[in-house]
Amino acid sequence: MKPLLLFLAGLFALLLMAGSCYSVSETELVLVTQFGKPVEGVVDHPGLHVKLPFIQTVHRFDKRWLEFDGDPNEIPTKDKKYIWVDTYARWRIADPLRFFQAVGDERGGQSRLDDIVDGETRNAVASFDLIEVVRSTNRAFQITEELEGIGAAEAMAKVATGRPTIEKVILEKAAKITPQFGIELVDVRFKRLNYVESVQEKVFERMISERKRIAERSRSEGQGRAAEISGQKERDVLGISSTGYKSAQEVKGDADAKATAIYAKAYGRDPELYQFLKSMETLQASVDDKTWLVLSTDSDLWRFLKRGKGE
Amino acid sequence: MSDHEHLEFRGKVIDLSPLSPDRARLIRLLGGAAIALFLFIFLATSVYQVEPDEVAVVQRFGAFDRTAEPGLHLRAPFGVETVTKVPVQRQLKMEFGFRTLSAGVQTSYAPASADTQAEALMLTGDLNVAVVEWIVQYRIKDPRAYLFHVRSVPDTLRDMSEAAMRGVVGDHSVDEVLTIGREAIASQAKDELQRLGDLYGVGIEIQQLVLQDVNPPDPVKPAFNEVNQAIQEKERAINEAWAEYNQVVPRAKGEAEQAVRAAEGYALERVNNAEGDAKRFDALYDEYKKAPEVTRKRIYLEAMAELMPKLGKKVIVDASAKGILSLLQLGGPEAAKGEKP
Repeated sequence: MKPLLLFLAGLFALLLMAGSCYSVSETELVLVTQFGKPVEGVVDHPGLHVKLPFIQTVHRFDKRWLEFDGDPNEIPTKDKKYIWVDTYARWRIADPLRFFQAVGDERGGQSRLDDIVDGETRNAVASFDLIEVVRSTNRAFQITEELEGIGAAEAMAKVATGRPTIEKVILEKAAKITPQFGIELVDVRFKRLNYVESVQEKVFERMISERKRIAERSRSEGQGRAAEISGQKERDVLGISSTGYKSAQEVKGDADAKATAIYAKAYGRDPELYQFLKSMETLQASVDDKTWLVLSTDSDLWRFLKRGKGE
Repeated sequence: MSDHEHLEFRGKVIDLSPLSPDRARLIRLLGGAAIALFLFIFLATSVYQVEPDEVAVVQRFGAFDRTAEPGLHLRAPFGVETVTKVPVQRQLKMEFGFRTLSAGVQTSYAPASADTQAEALMLTGDLNVAVVEWIVQYRIKDPRAYLFHVRSVPDTLRDMSEAAMRGVVGDHSVDEVLTIGREAIASQAKDELQRLGDLYGVGIEIQQLVLQDVNPPDPVKPAFNEVNQAIQEKERAINEAWAEYNQVVPRAKGEAEQAVRAAEGYALERVNNAEGDAKRFDALYDEYKKAPEVTRKRIYLEAMAELMPKLGKKVIVDASAKGILSLLQLGGPEAAKGEKP
């Protein structure tokens, strides 16, 4: 009987020890309740801790930043564009006691956050134009030559608020509500924004027509430029050949003038002799074997034929 | 009672020695096994190995105690100290918009699912839609923060990454996203992601964010291709026009040059001829001056002498004969030949 008793006593001691000690991890917050009533404060430093065995219960909560992924919501923006908005948030259990009392466990907390964050997201998105939700700043788009002047006018509109500010608005409003559930919210962000199906189709159509416009313009620009080059070609060709003609004529004219001066100077000494010589020359050049010559015996050549004597 | 004892006593032989050799052996065996088990558990729960690319975080009763570098280490056994190994040296990768099935020479990708498509589809700053795929490479910089500060860091990183990328893409036009802005977008998204990571204290260092395939949505793709084609066509039209220009203009230049050179040749010839003629005339004139009448006659007669043999028909008419011209058949050389062969 004795060893059995000893064994039982040992087991009891072990149970007592196990029941009175508990460890707290780096990642945990612990709340101790006695018959369901919270005792002491929150245990938030990690390590080994002591409690009353059996009558005190340990409730563990995660101390870390926790994820919250909202469901995608279909929300109309202020300019009546229907979009899916998917948000995420970072939160933590800031007041375990209140959290424990208000929502019980993490799942309860998540569902409460669903209500709060989704509601605030809906409110915020619905009170801004789509462009405000999408863009963060007013930075000007870099535009390549092909794209100049193309694009929806609304997309070029100035942004007054912008995405980060809207996210901040949602966070601030939601973070005001969550403390009553012992929850601290640090960040709410848009994870995904997408057009709903029917709007998306319209957007695709617009994108297609935009691209067609760009393509058309590019083609006609090409043709225009080609015509311009062709015109330039004609201009240059005519310019070049006429300039060539001009200088050729100038050179020739100069030469003619010079030649004329030379002739005038030389022949001017005896114009009559020149005329005579030139006549002889021309006569030589202007006859061939088909030419008839009718000469009078009166002519200088045949004068002697008739009379047989010189004058 | 005594009745029972008696019966038992009658029925059984009881060994009065404290333990039979059999039982003693069994107990020794059990004891040995228990000690072996104890030792085994002791060793199993106290010795641990840290791989070269890891760091071990040791917690004692849940509280952070120390970190351990690669090698063989001891810890307090039986769950007093727990060890979590964190691969701090390893470069980790996360894919968005696509999933690699098996990496290798021929990397294969998982077929696009609704999930990956939703990841990649995003609104651009000009309210168009683009499909953006990207990867994030990161390293665990602070194992304590990684383990203790944020729960499920990989999920958090996915959320952050999507939000950061969409934030940046939402501030760029679809054309920037598709072409000229890619690098800027990647680097901005990386900075934003690191900023968010530091804000949440996830203990991660973003090493790289690389844009992969970036496309217009499928229904719009043909229109985008058409633009590319049109740009090609434009280039081609311009190039062809320049080609023609280059074909014609240099030739025109050459021809103009040719005309000028020819004119220069003409000029040279003209002036030289003139000078030559002038010299000849001068020389002739000097001699002519000495005996004008004789020279003149001589020249005339010489010219005639030279001329005469070249002529076809010669008609010599007496100076007193009038009207003889009308008798001559002046129908032209041809007609004359026909009549008198």
